[in-house]
Amino acid sequence: MHAFLTGPMFYISIAVLVIGLLVRVVRYVRGLDWKLDRVAYRAHRKAGIKGAARSIFKWLVPFGTRSWRVQPVMTVVFFVFHIGVLAVPLFLLAHNMFLEEKLGFSFFTLPAPAAEILSWAVLAAALVLVLRRIALPEVRILTTFHDYFILALTAAPFVTGLICRYDPANYDFWLLVHIAAGELLLILIPFTKLSHVVTFFLSRAQIGMDFGIKRGGMKGKGMAW
Amino acid sequence: MPEGALCNKQPVDTEEQLKALLADKGGQTYYEEMKHLDVDVEMLRQTLGKSLKSRLRTWLSMCARCGMCADSCFFYRINDRDPKQVPAYKIQSTLGEIVRKNGKVDNAFMHMAMETAWAKCTCCNRCAMYCPHGIDVGVMISYLRGLLYQQGFVPWEMKVGAGMHRVYRAQMDVTPEDFVDTFEWMVEEYEEDYPGLNVPVDKDDADILYTVNAREVKHYPEDLAEAAILFNIAGENWTVPSKGWELTSLAMFAGDWEACRLQVESVYDAMERLKPKRMVGTECGHAHRATVVEGPYWAGRSDGLPPVKSIHYVEWVAEALRTGNLKIDPEKRIKEPVTIQDSCNYIRNHGLRDVTREIMSYIAEPGYFIDMTPNGEHNYCCGGGGGFNGIGLYRPQRNKALITKRDQIMQTGASLVIAPCHNCWDAIRDLEEEYQIGIRWSFLKPLLIDMVIVPEHMKPKE
Repeated sequence: MHAFLTGPMFYISIAVLVIGLLVRVVRYVRGLDWKLDRVAYRAHRKAGIKGAARSIFKWLVPFGTRSWRVQPVMTVVFFVFHIGVLAVPLFLLAHNMFLEEKLGFSFFTLPAPAAEILSWAVLAAALVLVLRRIALPEVRILTTFHDYFILALTAAPFVTGLICRYDPANYDFWLLVHIAAGELLLILIPFTKLSHVVTFFLSRAQIGMDFGIKRGGMKGKGMAW
Repeated sequence: MPEGALCNKQPVDTEEQLKALLADKGGQTYYEEMKHLDVDVEMLRQTLGKSLKSRLRTWLSMCARCGMCADSCFFYRINDRDPKQVPAYKIQSTLGEIVRKNGKVDNAFMHMAMETAWAKCTCCNRCAMYCPHGIDVGVMISYLRGLLYQQGFVPWEMKVGAGMHRVYRAQMDVTPEDFVDTFEWMVEEYEEDYPGLNVPVDKDDADILYTVNAREVKHYPEDLAEAAILFNIAGENWTVPSKGWELTSLAMFAGDWEACRLQVESVYDAMERLKPKRMVGTECGHAHRATVVEGPYWAGRSDGLPPVKSIHYVEWVAEALRTGNLKIDPEKRIKEPVTIQDSCNYIRNHGLRDVTREIMSYIAEPGYFIDMTPNGEHNYCCGGGGGFNGIGLYRPQRNKALITKRDQIMQTGASLVIAPCHNCWDAIRDLEEEYQIGIRWSFLKPLLIDMVIVPEHMKPKE
């Protein structure tokens, strides 16, 4: 089982993730239509790129936009969650060793205590996000099963990863569960709202072009996000 | 009864149809007929298939349901934080449902969607600035209005307005003759006070082609004279077109995209016929957006720009003050607390934030201009945008929606509110009437007339 999950299944997961996301990107870009979207993408490429870059960058910076500033609690929870969710899987020593072995490359490695703290932070943030969905009427009315599902899907590798970290009696079992949870996550990213790992950039770029080209970007100093 | 005599899926294309619709005061019969109007599911599906592409589809499906848009919406804030007023909810429960059900929706649903599209959103686009994913619910509500219009589920005044554009190429029954006659008559009225005042009609190759709002012709003709006076004082080489003078587009509020195209093409035709250096539009927000920002796309112009450079009246004023073509008498500057209401359609949708502040620096005594909070691109809708002001059916909701602006104005302590936008101007007038907070409101033109230095040759000889 271990050999299967770390062998063929690992490659399948990565392939599904990469191809699935690529298809998403291609379909999105090909579906853009200057007339329907009412944005002259081609005619004003430079203004478009500038608007897109600002639109993405400002939102990647904590408190970089007014929206982030007026909702500071959400912003902190949001960034802690996203930084952890990206940094731990990519920069954990054990993951890097695995990557080196399987794909022949590895990333920078996080110190073990940092990775551990971040993992707990991710779970704490996920919990806050769940509570937020339950507690706030304006979020509750929007929430669907899918929203809880993707949170659980994302949290599962962290829960199981932390269990492994504390070296339980049935370590081998939990490691298998951890790997399976991670691979399930990778496979499902392109097919769920988790596809926002790419669509966030596409959508932000698009609205950035809209404001950058049509809605004032070529007039003023650029949208005051 | 699937189709009513007045309420149906057919746009109003003739004067007779328009008169019949107008004769139904307030749309009583019209709304009665709407209760029995069928939904053409096949047509709805086809329209979705043709026009709901990447951007809108992705917006609908990627919404993280995080609720960060809630507080950005003034409807949500003034309606006791009703979760049903959260922008994401408003679009998911309408357009989202139509898509999920692949068009299989009924009459009751369409009534709910109509109220959501016209009484719970003014398409101010503010929420787009607060969504991490960059989802613009205002754009989607506007798209939804198009679907509803096509199915005949549109407020009576919107159907009338779109019909006006189709029949008269103006938002009201004002003909080219009415326009020219009124303009000339108003200029004559003021000629004694401003010798040499004139309005050049259909002059080729002028520096400025001036376009207006039909309301000015019909209800506020002094506005035309004021525009003429200011252009003359500034020494501009300007003209008005006898045809294609209407800047506005109620068709845009109605979601009648075909009428939008017809309307804006009439203005572009005037540009191409008279070949002015540029166009200046009157003090109207949505009109600027319709003709300058969105119009090029309706007319299929791939550069996204009108045939000639086109600017909003505030841009012309700022430029005239900057260059000294208009000089303000320092003694006559505004010496009372004053604030400015920027139209969503030019501030959030055309980046004119600094322009109006520059104007204020010239016309208000230092210390007297107080900006609202928040302001600039983050300013709130006046409460009556997107056609909301004009819809009788939703008047109670509109009056409530004015509370945001009322409180914002009161917070500044201003006694004078400048609104270079017809919609905002109306909303502020109505909020004063409704809530009596003791303010005056004005367009820029009459204020400028009172404080501008008139050159010798334009002064009446005693």
